[in-house]
Amino acid sequence: MNVIIMGCGRLGSRIAGILDRQGHHVTVIDASESAFRRLGDAFGGDRVVGNGMDASTLERAGIESADAFMAITQGDNRNYFSSQMAHEVYGVKRVLCRVYDPVREEIFRDLGLETFSPTSYGAQIMVDMLMHEPARR
Amino acid sequence: MYILIAGGGKVGYHLAEELLAENNEVLVIERDPGRAAQIRDELSGNVLTGDSCEATTLDLAGVSRADLVAAVTGDDEDNLVICDIARYRGVVRTIARINNPRNELLFRKRGIETTISATQAVLAQIEQELPTQMMIPLLQLHSGLELVEIKLPETSPVAGRSVREVLLPAESLISLIVDPGGVPRMPSGDTRLNAGDALVVVSRKESLDMLKEQLIGSTHGLDT
Repeated sequence: MNVIIMGCGRLGSRIAGILDRQGHHVTVIDASESAFRRLGDAFGGDRVVGNGMDASTLERAGIESADAFMAITQGDNRNYFSSQMAHEVYGVKRVLCRVYDPVREEIFRDLGLETFSPTSYGAQIMVDMLMHEPARR
Repeated sequence: MYILIAGGGKVGYHLAEELLAENNEVLVIERDPGRAAQIRDELSGNVLTGDSCEATTLDLAGVSRADLVAAVTGDDEDNLVICDIARYRGVVRTIARINNPRNELLFRKRGIETTISATQAVLAQIEQELPTQMMIPLLQLHSGLELVEIKLPETSPVAGRSVREVLLPAESLISLIVDPGGVPRMPSGDTRLNAGDALVVVSRKESLDMLKEQLIGSTHGLDT
């Protein structure tokens, strides 16, 4: 699978590493070249420096032949914008979008994107943790 | 009309001023408290401090009863989010300001009714006023064809000739002639071409240089 990951932070670089090891072709976009250090030397995919909201950057990253696009920058609006661009303009089949704000996440999901909110997930998991006795003290 | 303006910068402020003068109900949403305070007095209090990308802020502003939402912040991504959330809340008319002209297609595909690109407007103005810019690309069509506008200079080698006498590159076609008075004509073989005419021509992308040479002449102007 050809996967483009926008945002090479902790989550983006980790996903890139996993997919790369699984044998997928991964291209990572980040505005700052220094972010790519998180990928490590073993990473065999491509690195593109640029703004992922820019059509020319997306094209340089090979968006026209991508099977999947994942938007994982720190900005919810940026992630939404690029995801819609991948989906609407370039017709990418799978578009996954991280959204911190749970309210926006629900709306963006209703508007047709596959969204993930670490805030909602994290809150639920931590409440569950609190309510269940740990297996071992 | 109730008009919600997202973004209280120069565009948002002047827009609000005009719309208030026409007796509309207007509310400007501005994220920066300093800027919001600054324009609040001048806009008779019709300013809400908050992030218009947040659904809760838009709800507080009564977005669902708005007749029109204008997203005029300086960030295209914010403007898209604002328009999409507004439409999700039932607003039919949304207008977005676009800063990067390449983003216009996305806004159109999202069904955002009108988009305004200041950059595009300025660019168009510059292109119209530059005397050396004799060939203006208008539109890229499918299969490598391009639509261009060519203004015939005094020194054009085809000035005074009829369309039939003009040798054009393969698969090129003069599809419209606009005379200096602004009157459009459908060209026939007998139509005479005059200096000052603007021709709308369809041609292959790779033939554009040849087309330019044949209609404008090779030594004309500063551009190459």
